[in-house]
Amino acid sequence: MDPALKRKIRLIVALSAAVLLAVALIYTSFSASTEAKEPSQIMNAPNGGSYQLTGIVVPGSIHHRGSQLDFRVADRDDSSASIPVRYSGEVPDPFADGREVVVSGKVENGSFVGQRDSLITKCPSKYQTQAQQDPEHVIISR
Amino acid sequence: MITLGAACLFLALVVALYGIAAALLGATRHNRRFTDSARRAVYAFAALLTLCVIVVEAAFARTDLSLKVVADHSSTTTPGFYKLTAMWSSQEGSLLLWGWVLSLTSSAVLFATRNKHRELAPWATAVLMGLGAFFTGLMLFDANPFARLSPVPPEGVGLEPLLRHPAMAIHPPMLYSGYVFFSIPFAFAIGALITRRLDASWIRATRRFALIAWLLLGIGILLGARWSYSELGWGGYWGWDPVENASLMPWLAGTAFLHSIMVQERRGMLRVWNVSLICGTFALALLGTFLVRSGILQSIHAFGASTVGGPLLGLIAAVVVGSALLIVSRLDDLRSTKRIESLLSRESVFLINNLLLVGLAAVIFWGTFFPLISELFTGNKASLAAPWFDHYATPLAILLVLFTGIGPLLAWRRVSLGAAKRLLARPALVALVAAAGLFAFTDTRHHPLALAMFSFAAFSLAALVQEFARGAAAYRSLSGGSYGHALLALFARNRRRYGGYVVHAGVAVLLIAIAASSSFQTSRDLRLRPGQSASVGGYRVTYEKPTAQISPAEQRLTFGSVLAVAKGGKPYATLYPSRNYYAGAGDPTGAGPVRSFFEGQATSEVGRKTTVGGDVWTAMQPDLSSLNPVINGADRRLERIAKGVSPADAKARQTIGFLQGLAVRAIEKRYLADPPPADFRVNVNPLVTWIWVGGAIAAIGGLVAIWPAPEARRRRVSDVYAARLARELGRA
Amino acid sequence: MEIVLALVIVAAIAWFVTVPLRRSEDEASAVASRTEDPAIAALEARKEAKYREIRDAELDREQGKLSQADWSRQDAELRREAVAILKELDRARGAG
Repeated sequence: MDPALKRKIRLIVALSAAVLLAVALIYTSFSASTEAKEPSQIMNAPNGGSYQLTGIVVPGSIHHRGSQLDFRVADRDDSSASIPVRYSGEVPDPFADGREVVVSGKVENGSFVGQRDSLITKCPSKYQTQAQQDPEHVIISR
Repeated sequence: MITLGAACLFLALVVALYGIAAALLGATRHNRRFTDSARRAVYAFAALLTLCVIVVEAAFARTDLSLKVVADHSSTTTPGFYKLTAMWSSQEGSLLLWGWVLSLTSSAVLFATRNKHRELAPWATAVLMGLGAFFTGLMLFDANPFARLSPVPPEGVGLEPLLRHPAMAIHPPMLYSGYVFFSIPFAFAIGALITRRLDASWIRATRRFALIAWLLLGIGILLGARWSYSELGWGGYWGWDPVENASLMPWLAGTAFLHSIMVQERRGMLRVWNVSLICGTFALALLGTFLVRSGILQSIHAFGASTVGGPLLGLIAAVVVGSALLIVSRLDDLRSTKRIESLLSRESVFLINNLLLVGLAAVIFWGTFFPLISELFTGNKASLAAPWFDHYATPLAILLVLFTGIGPLLAWRRVSLGAAKRLLARPALVALVAAAGLFAFTDTRHHPLALAMFSFAAFSLAALVQEFARGAAAYRSLSGGSYGHALLALFARNRRRYGGYVVHAGVAVLLIAIAASSSFQTSRDLRLRPGQSASVGGYRVTYEKPTAQISPAEQRLTFGSVLAVAKGGKPYATLYPSRNYYAGAGDPTGAGPVRSFFEGQATSEVGRKTTVGGDVWTAMQPDLSSLNPVINGADRRLERIAKGVSPADAKARQTIGFLQGLAVRAIEKRYLADPPPADFRVNVNPLVTWIWVGGAIAAIGGLVAIWPAPEARRRRVSDVYAARLARELGRA
Repeated sequence: MEIVLALVIVAAIAWFVTVPLRRSEDEASAVASRTEDPAIAALEARKEAKYREIRDAELDREQGKLSQADWSRQDAELRREAVAILKELDRARGAG
């Protein structure tokens, strides 16, 4: 076979593979992802919806019942909007009252059932408070 | 001293700006005086930043709390070693570290090339000083390590307990050094693009720096994984967390680069690939720095929103756009006339390798930034969890391990089909036997991807053994001697090639271990009272008794347990998982002093039995709800006592501190006397130790490849060939 | 005290960095002659790389990756390329 033709064929094969991979990537990522929501956004959501719940642990709401952990999560900016969470699985070290958490799971009858091991607790950040205190600083974030 | 340090930092910026100007003058006017002056500016920049680092570390060493960065990240009670490493747990300290390593490596490469590459070096100097000026400017205007506090606080916040671990002390400098070392080939590549000197000169000048970058970054990544596995109560080594991905992406691109430049050095091909790969690797390295420092993505590591995110993003954009423009404008000069002759050749394998590694990096990039991408299209931040990454990374990794075997087997230019069949036959046979054996005799048949990984890795290892064996045999047929001597001679004569083979072997072992420890892991969550037992994957675990400890030096209370593990009825191991609670100084919830122990940061001490076959791993968390009445009672009593005391009464405050200590001891006694149930996670991880072993093997191989051959040997080889070719030229 | 130190450092750096700018003509030409010619350096590097290729091809033949026929073809081609580089080197050295 003419080498130039061979090269063209190889290029087409490689490009097609890349396009296929890209399409598969895009399709699966939109269907496999979970949206990040705050409690106020999912309080009235229908049952069975999967989300990634983000917010602050309401102080005093942490109860260990057997191997299940119950707590409430409130909006970062509105502590009155909170939703109860039932979770079992690994609890990260920094988990405590007032900490910012992310937990994936489903909405069920007005409360949030967390997926096993999906609880992430953010380390309390000093940079954050600094940046928030100085209004002139530009912050790249949510 | 602090003022001097601040002055040095400012001076460093001035010097860097001068360096840019002098380098550009030297480059555009071919004026050697300016080029040399610019190079000296780099040396001066390094000296100044070294002074800054010394001043800051000295402040940490004597816990000078007037310095904000010391007050925010250290305390008088922080152990000595961690006082020094606390510098890079801060934004300011990390930037200083970045800038300092940049200054040292820039000095090194410019010193090494002071009488060479006279067209490339000035431009490279300008780029490197540009980066130096950026980071110095960032420090001066956004995150100054010499910022002072007034009034001086009585005590510092202390180091994040999670960071009080040797691996966590070395991990950030390793990663940053890895990122920074990639700036050297990047700078020379920009020089090459600008001057259109697109042969292998820029690669020759900087190849070792790229290798060192790759090695340090790889070690940094492994250290992070190892720390996560042995210290965190999660028991995993990789979670596809954005910050983990941020360090892996430049490493993958860097690996592709290291392979691809070999093709350019030999055949002058893949030149567009190489400049693109190094610009991409460096951009990804900057992105890695940005991701960790900006809080833009949800991550347990992300250090929260900060003010350096914006400028860093600007730098990344400048690097990406600038490189792209340069490359596109030089495309004609870059395109090579040579073509890959045959699919069965090393060149072709390296090209496929490029595609696989870049593909993997692209997948990880997409997944990591998906929350932002989805926000663009749907208005909602949606994120992808580990299973999505595994879904794509696993097949790509399986293909990669296959090529770590095929590459070494093939020769350059072309291998005939017959020869290829002969070369691949034995390793392929080994792979088939391994696959058949695993399928028939183990549980692997239910895990097809793991089976594929094991077989292909077996192929690769067999191929590498074959390479060493044939090489040694060829050497012996020429020079005689023992096999051992022949093997050593192979390494001595061609460190790059055989060091590289050792790296491949390490990677194959590492991937086998990852496949085994993830596909075949057994994990159970148990809730046990003292005396109770449960079964986990072939082992029987019994919570024997509780343990408790107080460390006044570390201000730490530890609640733990003794867990007896039996296998097949016989005692196998005793594990001591525990949980540490720390006296918090910076907790904002304003709880009572005793409760603050349990409300603040806690860390897990993992219990682990490691053998070559695998690990039994456990972490525990005691259920403290039964201790609540005691804790609350102690706090109430302490509060009443504190009310009747004036804040100025130092002696009374000392007594209160003493009483707090007594209260904590009372709780400790209560825990031991009437232990509450504890939650245990027990994991059985097969072959996980081989991850670290494989990584170590790869690192050693990398070191061998980096090690320069003695000058004498190189000359000898060269002379031999010169003599033979001289005959051809008809000279005596 | 710190101010004095700072000034000393500034002076030292200013002196150090401007040494090349204050070079005499003789020193400048001495420096220039020390510097390698990029064209010759590149050719030397290509020569070394070509030698390495020739040696590697021999090793590959000994290990059985290349048949005798394949090897002799490649070896001849590599030697032709090496001789071409040597000729270019001679020309460049003669011209420089």
